[in-house]
Amino acid sequence: MTEDTKFHHGDAQDQKPIIRMVDIQKHFGSVIALAGVSFDLKPGECHCLLGDNGAGKSTFIKTMSGVHKPTAGEIFFEDKPMHFEDPRDAISAGIATVHQHLAMIPLMSVSRNFFMGNEPTRKVAGINFFDKKLADEITMEEMRKMGINLRGPDQAVGTLSGGERQTVAIARAVHFGAKILILDEPTSALGVRQTSNVLATIDKVRSQGVGVVFISHNVRHALAVGDRFTVLNRGQTLGTAKRGEISPEELQDLMAGGQELAQLEGSLGGTV
Amino acid sequence: MAESAQSAIGSDERIKEISPLRRALIRPELGGMVGTVAVFTFFLLFAFDSGMFTAQGAMNWSVVSAQFMIIAVGACLLMIAGEFDLSVGSMIGFAGMMIAIFSVTLSWPVWMAILVTFALCVSIGAVNGYIVVRTGLPSFIVTLAFLFILRGFTIYLPQTIERKTIIGGIRDVAEGDWLASVFGGKIGQGFFVWLGDNGLIETFERGTRAGQPVVDGIPMLLVWAAVIIIFGHVLLTKTKFGNWIFAAGGDAEAARNSGVPVNRVKILMFMFTAFCATVFATCQVMEFGSAGADRGLLKEFEAIIAVVIGGALLTGGYGSVLGAALGALIFGVVQQGLFFAGVESSLFRVFLGVILLGAVILNTYIRRIITGER
Repeated sequence: MTEDTKFHHGDAQDQKPIIRMVDIQKHFGSVIALAGVSFDLKPGECHCLLGDNGAGKSTFIKTMSGVHKPTAGEIFFEDKPMHFEDPRDAISAGIATVHQHLAMIPLMSVSRNFFMGNEPTRKVAGINFFDKKLADEITMEEMRKMGINLRGPDQAVGTLSGGERQTVAIARAVHFGAKILILDEPTSALGVRQTSNVLATIDKVRSQGVGVVFISHNVRHALAVGDRFTVLNRGQTLGTAKRGEISPEELQDLMAGGQELAQLEGSLGGTV
Repeated sequence: MAESAQSAIGSDERIKEISPLRRALIRPELGGMVGTVAVFTFFLLFAFDSGMFTAQGAMNWSVVSAQFMIIAVGACLLMIAGEFDLSVGSMIGFAGMMIAIFSVTLSWPVWMAILVTFALCVSIGAVNGYIVVRTGLPSFIVTLAFLFILRGFTIYLPQTIERKTIIGGIRDVAEGDWLASVFGGKIGQGFFVWLGDNGLIETFERGTRAGQPVVDGIPMLLVWAAVIIIFGHVLLTKTKFGNWIFAAGGDAEAARNSGVPVNRVKILMFMFTAFCATVFATCQVMEFGSAGADRGLLKEFEAIIAVVIGGALLTGGYGSVLGAALGALIFGVVQQGLFFAGVESSLFRVFLGVILLGAVILNTYIRRIITGER
């Protein structure tokens, strides 16, 4: 599984992280959702965040995208301490989240969806008009880069498959300047073919220097595309492994709760 | 894995080529276009000699259609933004009555009466919209409440003030008023005199107006209809805001996630619908010279029918202003055409029902092709 992919995996391991989150804690009243999670992401890498349901994956990425404020811990964005007041701050800093429930409207065309909320305008006689021609051109270009051949920019999103919709959402985030792309279980509802399309998209995005946080509970999908793997369990980091240092079975066991923790300690480089 | 990804890219063998003709036809307005052709063919065949296609006859159904168009454009944009306004008919009655009360009873200048009425009605539209977006209640219920509230005031106010339900005498006070002529006047009189002199349209043969053309100008109502249609169409298809209207109606949550100010869009569309209703009312009051408490009854449904014939989706996010205008044209032509053809007027409803059903079935089929709905 790890050998048969042709994705070129991060050559960028020596670069400085775009974002570094140190010992993040998040308490909701008496519930400790995150009990000290550390995580970092470099440009052009795909860092997989794995964990079973309730492990704290969602809470953690919501902290990263500015939805939650951490109870304790520090976030460094491009080496500067960062305090996101709300998701808008995170978005303008370049952190884009593509949710399971996509921000796509099936009845509208791909190009109208692509530029929804960020429409390019062109002044004619002092009035701002929606520059449809420019929007169509950019959309076709971006989609071609991602390997989706549209019938035309007017094709409705409803006619695309689930994987293609994910790809449109990802391409949109990247086009509007995302430095970090958080993908929340992008493959969980997709078939095999569509999943491979999304994984190919992640690879293309990564090669443009965008850091990708890939949240999944599917070890196979994660191993196919990830450069590093961090496993969360019960609000804590069980460890971070580099590609090639860990087998699917070991990752699976870690996610399941680390019953074979002692056995894995070696392969994880003592980070447990 | 990567190889399967590569082969999935490239041209998809499952997408059939679509012929250019088919692509040109597949548009939201198609149902309205087919309906318009069908209706005109029908009346050209069965009512050609009735006077329906003379200058006078054409002016007759044009005016009725233009009335429908004005309110249909407002209802269309609001429906695409995902909401309904059932208070349009009551708003028409209310606006007309307010103009009458301000100008006749209170003796305000007519221009002031009109401006204050516009401000009042557009504010009521904003209140409608504000309640809908703040409470999250269906606009169906909120505007149904306003249907009764506004109609109630429209009957109560003239009865209390003047002890009657119709206030007349507006034509006298509006004489020479600059703003009244914007709604009640006519343009192009010289052109029609020229047409009459050159025998292109009939002229009166006897009476006080002998020699004058039978149609003496284009009523401002038609101008308003044209302006509102063009404005609505350009707004919807050519501007950033138009994209937001589609987005707000297509999926409000997804639109919000992408940074579209959904609440503002919806409230503005409620205000625009109220504006259109007030334009309708003002033109009507200036034409009749009076305001009646029962004006505009059932107009909300006629507007919605015209919009739906025009290809809009009742649940929002899809539709066309040009389609709605064609729907209104069908409505007006059928209503007046049956009168010209000498058909029993109750059959109007039968005819309309058949057209509504046919157009909506065709539209649903087209929309499935365009949007990939199942």
